[in-house]
Amino acid sequence: MGLFTELKDSISRAASTLFSEEDPKRIGIYGPPNAGKTTLANRIARDWTGDAVGPESHIPHETRRARRKENVEIERDGKKVTIDIVDTPGVTTKVDYTEFLEHDMEKDDAVRRSREATEGVAEAMHWLREDVDGVIYVLDSTEDPFTQVNTMLIGIIESQDLPVLILANKIDLEESSVQRIRNAFPQHETTELSALEGDNMDEVYDQIAEYFG
Amino acid sequence: MAEAKHPEDEDGVQIDLISAERMDGKTTMEKIRMILDGVRDNNIVILEAGLTPDEESRLIEVTMTEISPDEFNGIEIETYPKSQADDSSLLGRLMGKEETKKLTVIGPANQIETLHKDETLISALVSRK
Repeated sequence: MGLFTELKDSISRAASTLFSEEDPKRIGIYGPPNAGKTTLANRIARDWTGDAVGPESHIPHETRRARRKENVEIERDGKKVTIDIVDTPGVTTKVDYTEFLEHDMEKDDAVRRSREATEGVAEAMHWLREDVDGVIYVLDSTEDPFTQVNTMLIGIIESQDLPVLILANKIDLEESSVQRIRNAFPQHETTELSALEGDNMDEVYDQIAEYFG
Repeated sequence: MAEAKHPEDEDGVQIDLISAERMDGKTTMEKIRMILDGVRDNNIVILEAGLTPDEESRLIEVTMTEISPDEFNGIEIETYPKSQADDSSLLGRLMGKEETKKLTVIGPANQIETLHKDETLISALVSRK
Protein backbone atom coordinates (compact mmCIF):
# COMPACT_ATOMS: atom_id res chain seq x y z
CA MET A 1 0.00 0.00 0.00
CA GLY A 2 1.40 3.37 -0.95
CA LEU A 3 2.14 6.04 1.60
CA PHE A 4 -0.55 8.33 0.19
CA THR A 5 -3.23 5.65 0.25
CA GLU A 6 -2.17 4.77 3.78
CA LEU A 7 -2.30 8.38 4.89
CA LYS A 8 -5.70 8.85 3.22
CA ASP A 9 -7.02 5.71 4.96
CA SER A 10 -5.72 6.88 8.34
CA ILE A 11 -7.30 10.31 7.90
CA SER A 12 -10.64 8.88 6.77
CA ARG A 13 -10.56 6.42 9.69
CA ALA A 14 -9.86 9.25 12.13
CA ALA A 15 -12.58 11.38 10.50
CA SER A 16 -15.14 8.61 10.71
CA THR A 17 -14.29 8.23 14.41
CA LEU A 18 -14.82 11.94 14.94
CA PHE A 19 -18.00 12.38 12.95
CA SER A 20 -20.02 9.22 13.34
CA GLU A 21 -20.01 8.52 17.04
CA GLU A 22 -23.56 7.15 16.93
CA ASP A 23 -22.65 4.35 14.51
CA PRO A 24 -21.78 1.17 16.38
CA LYS A 25 -18.23 0.07 15.74
CA ARG A 26 -17.80 -3.39 14.26
CA ILE A 27 -15.50 -5.33 16.53
CA GLY A 28 -14.11 -8.54 15.06
CA ILE A 29 -13.34 -11.41 17.42
CA TYR A 30 -10.26 -13.05 15.93
CA GLY A 31 -7.82 -15.76 16.90
CA PRO A 32 -6.72 -19.30 16.06
CA PRO A 33 -9.24 -22.18 15.98
CA ASN A 34 -10.50 -23.38 19.39
CA ALA A 35 -9.37 -20.30 21.32
CA GLY A 36 -12.92 -19.74 22.60
CA LYS A 37 -14.02 -16.95 20.26
CA THR A 38 -17.64 -18.08 19.97
CA THR A 39 -17.83 -18.79 23.71
CA LEU A 40 -16.71 -15.19 24.29
CA ALA A 41 -19.08 -13.79 21.64
CA ASN A 42 -21.95 -15.71 23.23
CA ARG A 43 -20.94 -14.56 26.72
CA ILE A 44 -20.92 -10.89 25.65
CA ALA A 45 -24.16 -11.22 23.66
CA ARG A 46 -25.98 -13.09 26.45
CA ASP A 47 -24.78 -10.64 29.13
CA TRP A 48 -26.02 -7.58 27.23
CA THR A 49 -28.76 -8.74 24.82
CA GLY A 50 -29.95 -12.09 26.18
CA ASP A 51 -29.28 -13.89 22.86
CA ALA A 52 -26.41 -16.09 21.71
CA VAL A 53 -24.34 -15.62 18.56
CA GLY A 54 -23.68 -19.22 17.49
CA PRO A 55 -23.02 -22.81 18.55
CA GLU A 56 -19.84 -23.63 20.52
CA SER A 57 -17.85 -26.84 20.13
CA HIS A 58 -14.53 -28.43 21.09
CA ILE A 59 -14.14 -29.60 17.47
CA PRO A 60 -12.03 -27.07 15.53
CA HIS A 61 -13.74 -24.94 12.88
CA GLU A 62 -17.22 -25.09 14.41
CA THR A 63 -17.64 -21.47 13.27
CA ARG A 64 -17.32 -21.47 9.50
CA ARG A 65 -19.09 -18.22 8.69
CA ALA A 66 -18.55 -14.77 10.20
CA ARG A 67 -21.58 -13.94 12.35
CA ARG A 68 -22.55 -10.44 13.38
CA LYS A 69 -24.53 -9.53 16.47
CA GLU A 70 -25.63 -5.95 16.01
CA ASN A 71 -26.16 -3.17 18.54
CA VAL A 72 -24.72 -4.74 21.65
CA GLU A 73 -24.99 -2.01 24.30
CA ILE A 74 -22.43 -2.28 27.06
CA GLU A 75 -22.86 -0.04 30.09
CA ARG A 76 -19.79 1.08 32.03
CA ASP A 77 -19.76 3.81 34.68
CA GLY A 78 -23.13 5.17 33.56
CA LYS A 79 -22.02 5.45 29.92
CA LYS A 80 -23.24 3.26 27.07
CA VAL A 81 -20.93 1.81 24.43
CA THR A 82 -22.67 0.28 21.41
CA ILE A 83 -20.78 -2.23 19.29
CA ASP A 84 -21.50 -4.88 16.67
CA ILE A 85 -19.77 -8.13 17.57
CA VAL A 86 -18.42 -10.08 14.61
CA ASP A 87 -17.56 -13.66 15.56
CA THR A 88 -15.13 -14.97 12.93
CA PRO A 89 -13.87 -18.44 11.97
CA GLY A 90 -10.50 -19.37 13.49
CA VAL A 91 -7.64 -18.37 11.21
CA THR A 92 -5.14 -20.96 10.01
CA THR A 93 -2.88 -21.55 7.01
CA LYS A 94 -3.83 -25.22 6.65
CA VAL A 95 -6.93 -27.41 6.88
CA ASP A 96 -6.68 -31.20 6.73
CA TYR A 97 -10.02 -32.99 6.62
CA THR A 98 -8.49 -36.16 8.13
CA GLU A 99 -8.20 -34.31 11.46
CA PHE A 100 -12.00 -34.19 11.62
CA LEU A 101 -12.16 -37.97 11.18
CA GLU A 102 -10.62 -38.21 14.67
CA HIS A 103 -13.82 -36.61 15.99
CA ASP A 104 -15.97 -39.55 14.83
CA MET A 105 -16.98 -37.83 11.61
CA GLU A 106 -17.73 -39.64 8.34
CA LYS A 107 -15.38 -38.79 5.45
CA ASP A 108 -18.05 -36.91 3.47
CA ASP A 109 -18.91 -34.76 6.50
CA ALA A 110 -15.21 -34.16 7.23
CA VAL A 111 -14.52 -33.09 3.63
CA ARG A 112 -17.56 -30.78 3.67
CA ARG A 113 -16.50 -29.30 7.00
CA SER A 114 -12.96 -28.70 5.74
CA ARG A 115 -14.28 -26.99 2.59
CA GLU A 116 -16.55 -24.75 4.64
CA ALA A 117 -13.67 -24.06 7.05
CA THR A 118 -11.40 -22.85 4.23
CA GLU A 119 -14.15 -20.57 2.93
CA GLY A 120 -14.65 -19.28 6.47
CA VAL A 121 -10.96 -18.44 6.95
CA ALA A 122 -10.91 -16.55 3.62
CA GLU A 123 -14.03 -14.70 4.71
CA ALA A 124 -12.47 -13.81 8.07
CA MET A 125 -9.40 -12.36 6.33
CA HIS A 126 -11.60 -10.30 4.05
CA TRP A 127 -13.55 -8.89 7.04
CA LEU A 128 -10.26 -8.00 8.71
CA ARG A 129 -9.03 -6.04 5.71
CA GLU A 130 -12.29 -4.31 4.85
CA ASP A 131 -15.00 -4.38 7.46
CA VAL A 132 -13.93 -4.18 11.10
CA ASP A 133 -13.16 -1.09 13.20
CA GLY A 134 -11.39 -2.90 16.02
CA VAL A 135 -10.27 -6.37 17.05
CA ILE A 136 -10.59 -8.54 20.12
CA TYR A 137 -7.83 -11.11 19.70
CA VAL A 138 -8.58 -14.26 21.70
CA LEU A 139 -5.86 -16.73 22.66
CA ASP A 140 -6.06 -20.02 24.52
CA SER A 141 -3.73 -19.38 27.47
CA THR A 142 -2.94 -23.11 27.75
CA GLU A 143 -1.33 -23.04 24.28
CA ASP A 144 1.96 -21.59 23.00
CA PRO A 145 1.14 -18.10 21.63
CA PHE A 146 4.36 -17.93 19.56
CA THR A 147 2.72 -19.29 16.42
CA GLN A 148 3.02 -17.91 12.94
CA VAL A 149 -0.73 -17.35 12.62
CA ASN A 150 -0.71 -15.19 15.76
CA THR A 151 2.40 -13.29 14.66
CA MET A 152 0.95 -12.64 11.19
CA LEU A 153 -2.52 -11.67 12.36
CA ILE A 154 -1.27 -9.26 15.01
CA GLY A 155 1.04 -7.80 12.33
CA ILE A 156 -1.87 -7.41 9.90
CA ILE A 157 -4.03 -5.75 12.58
CA GLU A 158 -1.19 -3.38 13.55
CA SER A 159 -0.50 -2.48 9.92
CA GLN A 160 -4.10 -1.30 9.61
CA ASP A 161 -3.84 0.78 12.79
CA LEU A 162 -6.86 -1.01 14.26
CA PRO A 163 -7.27 -0.91 18.05
CA VAL A 164 -6.67 -4.42 19.41
CA LEU A 165 -7.49 -5.94 22.77
CA ILE A 166 -5.68 -9.20 23.50
CA LEU A 167 -7.57 -11.65 25.72
CA ALA A 168 -5.93 -14.63 27.42
CA ASN A 169 -8.81 -17.09 27.61
CA LYS A 170 -9.30 -20.36 29.51
CA ILE A 171 -7.70 -19.22 32.78
CA ASP A 172 -9.95 -21.73 34.54
CA LEU A 173 -7.69 -24.50 33.22
CA GLU A 174 -4.68 -25.64 35.25
CA GLU A 175 -2.14 -25.35 32.40
CA SER A 176 -3.07 -21.72 31.72
CA SER A 177 -0.17 -19.23 31.47
CA VAL A 178 -1.19 -15.61 30.94
CA GLN A 179 2.40 -14.43 31.31
CA ARG A 180 3.43 -16.42 28.24
CA ILE A 181 0.96 -14.37 26.18
CA ARG A 182 2.14 -11.10 27.76
CA ASN A 183 5.71 -12.04 26.81
CA ALA A 184 4.69 -12.87 23.23
CA PHE A 185 2.93 -9.54 22.62
CA PRO A 186 4.53 -7.03 24.98
CA GLN A 187 3.45 -4.11 22.76
CA HIS A 188 -0.20 -4.76 23.72
CA GLU A 189 -2.07 -5.02 26.98
CA THR A 190 -3.33 -8.53 27.74
CA THR A 191 -6.45 -9.17 29.82
CA GLU A 192 -7.13 -12.60 31.28
CA LEU A 193 -10.52 -14.29 31.43
CA SER A 194 -12.50 -17.47 31.26
CA ALA A 195 -15.28 -16.90 28.74
CA LEU A 196 -16.74 -20.29 29.67
CA GLU A 197 -16.93 -19.58 33.42
CA GLY A 198 -17.44 -15.83 33.10
CA ASP A 199 -14.32 -15.09 35.17
CA ASN A 200 -12.99 -11.51 35.04
CA MET A 201 -15.66 -10.34 32.56
CA ASP A 202 -16.04 -7.00 34.39
CA GLU A 203 -12.47 -6.10 33.48
CA VAL A 204 -13.04 -7.31 29.92
CA TYR A 205 -16.07 -4.99 29.59
CA ASP A 206 -14.08 -2.10 31.08
CA GLN A 207 -11.41 -2.71 28.45
CA ILE A 208 -13.94 -3.00 25.61
CA ALA A 209 -15.46 0.35 26.66
CA GLU A 210 -12.01 1.94 26.89
CA TYR A 211 -10.67 0.57 23.58
CA PHE A 212 -13.78 0.75 21.42
CA GLY A 213 -16.02 3.32 23.11
CA MET B 1 10.35 -21.99 -9.99
CA ALA B 2 9.97 -22.65 -13.67
CA GLU B 3 13.70 -23.01 -14.31
CA ALA B 4 14.30 -25.82 -11.89
CA LYS B 5 13.53 -29.42 -12.73
CA HIS B 6 11.95 -31.57 -10.07
CA PRO B 7 11.59 -35.12 -11.37
CA GLU B 8 9.15 -37.19 -9.32
CA ASP B 9 11.66 -40.02 -8.88
CA GLU B 10 14.38 -37.76 -7.49
CA ASP B 11 15.17 -38.37 -3.86
CA GLY B 12 15.27 -34.96 -2.24
CA VAL B 13 13.54 -31.74 -1.37
CA GLN B 14 13.87 -28.72 -3.62
CA ILE B 15 14.51 -25.43 -1.88
CA ASP B 16 13.95 -22.17 -3.75
CA LEU B 17 15.69 -19.16 -2.22
CA ILE B 18 14.07 -16.11 -3.75
CA SER B 19 16.00 -12.87 -3.53
CA ALA B 20 14.44 -9.55 -2.61
CA GLU B 21 15.49 -8.32 -6.03
CA ARG B 22 13.48 -11.03 -7.80
CA MET B 23 10.35 -10.12 -5.84
CA ASP B 24 10.86 -6.41 -6.26
CA GLY B 25 8.35 -4.82 -8.62
CA LYS B 26 6.04 -7.82 -8.63
CA THR B 27 2.40 -7.28 -7.76
CA THR B 28 0.88 -8.97 -4.70
CA MET B 29 -0.81 -11.64 -6.82
CA GLU B 30 2.37 -12.32 -8.79
CA LYS B 31 4.24 -12.89 -5.54
CA ILE B 32 1.50 -15.12 -4.15
CA ARG B 33 1.34 -17.12 -7.38
CA MET B 34 5.11 -17.59 -7.38
CA ILE B 35 5.00 -18.84 -3.77
CA LEU B 36 2.00 -21.12 -4.13
CA ASP B 37 3.18 -22.60 -7.45
CA GLY B 38 6.46 -23.52 -5.76
CA VAL B 39 4.79 -24.93 -2.65
CA ARG B 40 2.25 -26.90 -4.67
CA ASP B 41 5.21 -28.52 -6.48
CA ASN B 42 6.29 -29.68 -2.99
CA ASN B 43 9.16 -27.20 -2.84
CA ILE B 44 10.29 -25.19 0.16
CA VAL B 45 10.25 -21.49 -0.70
CA ILE B 46 12.50 -19.09 1.21
CA LEU B 47 11.96 -15.38 0.69
CA GLU B 48 14.86 -13.11 1.47
CA ALA B 49 12.60 -10.13 2.14
CA GLY B 50 9.34 -11.72 3.23
CA LEU B 51 5.90 -10.24 2.61
CA THR B 52 4.05 -7.19 3.86
CA PRO B 53 1.18 -7.76 6.32
CA ASP B 54 -1.33 -7.09 3.55
CA GLU B 55 0.38 -9.62 1.28
CA GLU B 56 0.40 -12.16 4.11
CA SER B 57 -3.32 -11.61 4.58
CA ARG B 58 -3.96 -12.23 0.88
CA LEU B 59 -1.64 -15.25 0.87
CA ILE B 60 -3.78 -16.85 3.60
CA GLU B 61 -6.94 -16.03 1.64
CA VAL B 62 -5.67 -17.45 -1.68
CA THR B 63 -4.21 -20.52 0.06
CA MET B 64 -7.64 -21.26 1.53
CA THR B 65 -9.27 -21.17 -1.89
CA GLU B 66 -6.73 -23.71 -3.21
CA ILE B 67 -6.98 -26.30 -0.43
CA SER B 68 -8.36 -29.53 -1.82
CA PRO B 69 -8.88 -32.84 0.06
CA ASP B 70 -6.16 -35.48 -0.55
CA GLU B 71 -4.30 -33.00 -2.78
CA PHE B 72 -3.26 -29.80 -1.00
CA ASN B 73 -3.70 -29.16 2.74
CA GLY B 74 -2.33 -25.65 2.80
CA ILE B 75 0.96 -24.11 3.83
CA GLU B 76 3.28 -23.85 6.76
CA ILE B 77 4.84 -20.40 6.94
CA GLU B 78 7.41 -19.05 9.36
CA THR B 79 8.96 -15.65 9.87
CA TYR B 80 10.73 -14.28 12.89
CA PRO B 81 8.34 -12.72 15.39
CA LYS B 82 8.26 -8.95 15.37
CA SER B 83 10.97 -7.47 17.50
CA GLN B 84 10.00 -4.95 20.18
CA ALA B 85 12.48 -2.52 18.68
CA ASP B 86 10.57 -2.32 15.38
CA ASP B 87 8.81 0.95 14.75
CA SER B 88 5.90 0.29 12.42
CA SER B 89 3.59 3.05 13.63
CA LEU B 90 2.14 5.41 11.06
CA LEU B 91 4.47 8.13 12.31
CA GLY B 92 7.40 5.76 12.01
CA ARG B 93 6.46 4.90 8.45
CA LEU B 94 6.00 8.58 7.58
CA MET B 95 9.46 9.23 8.94
CA GLY B 96 10.78 6.58 6.59
CA LYS B 97 11.34 3.93 9.25
CA GLU B 98 9.67 1.16 7.25
CA GLU B 99 9.80 -2.07 9.19
CA THR B 100 12.64 -4.27 7.97
CA LYS B 101 11.20 -7.20 6.11
CA LYS B 102 12.18 -10.54 7.47
CA LEU B 103 13.24 -13.80 5.93
CA THR B 104 10.25 -16.09 5.45
CA VAL B 105 10.08 -19.85 4.97
CA ILE B 106 7.02 -21.37 3.28
CA GLY B 107 6.34 -25.01 2.52
CA PRO B 108 3.57 -27.54 2.06
CA ALA B 109 1.77 -28.11 5.39
CA ASN B 110 2.33 -31.86 5.22
CA GLN B 111 6.09 -31.56 4.63
CA ILE B 112 7.39 -28.90 6.97
CA GLU B 113 7.14 -28.83 10.73
CA THR B 114 8.41 -26.04 12.95
CA LEU B 115 10.47 -27.42 15.81
CA HIS B 116 11.39 -24.15 17.48
CA LYS B 117 10.93 -20.49 16.85
CA ASP B 118 12.00 -17.39 18.68
CA GLU B 119 12.97 -13.84 17.74
CA THR B 120 16.30 -14.92 16.27
CA LEU B 121 15.97 -18.58 15.28
CA ILE B 122 13.60 -20.71 13.21
CA SER B 123 14.26 -24.43 13.36
CA ALA B 124 12.17 -26.56 11.01
CA LEU B 125 11.99 -30.21 10.04
CA VAL B 126 11.47 -30.78 6.32
CA SER B 127 10.41 -34.21 5.15
CA ARG B 128 9.93 -35.77 1.73
CA LYS B 129 6.31 -36.30 0.82
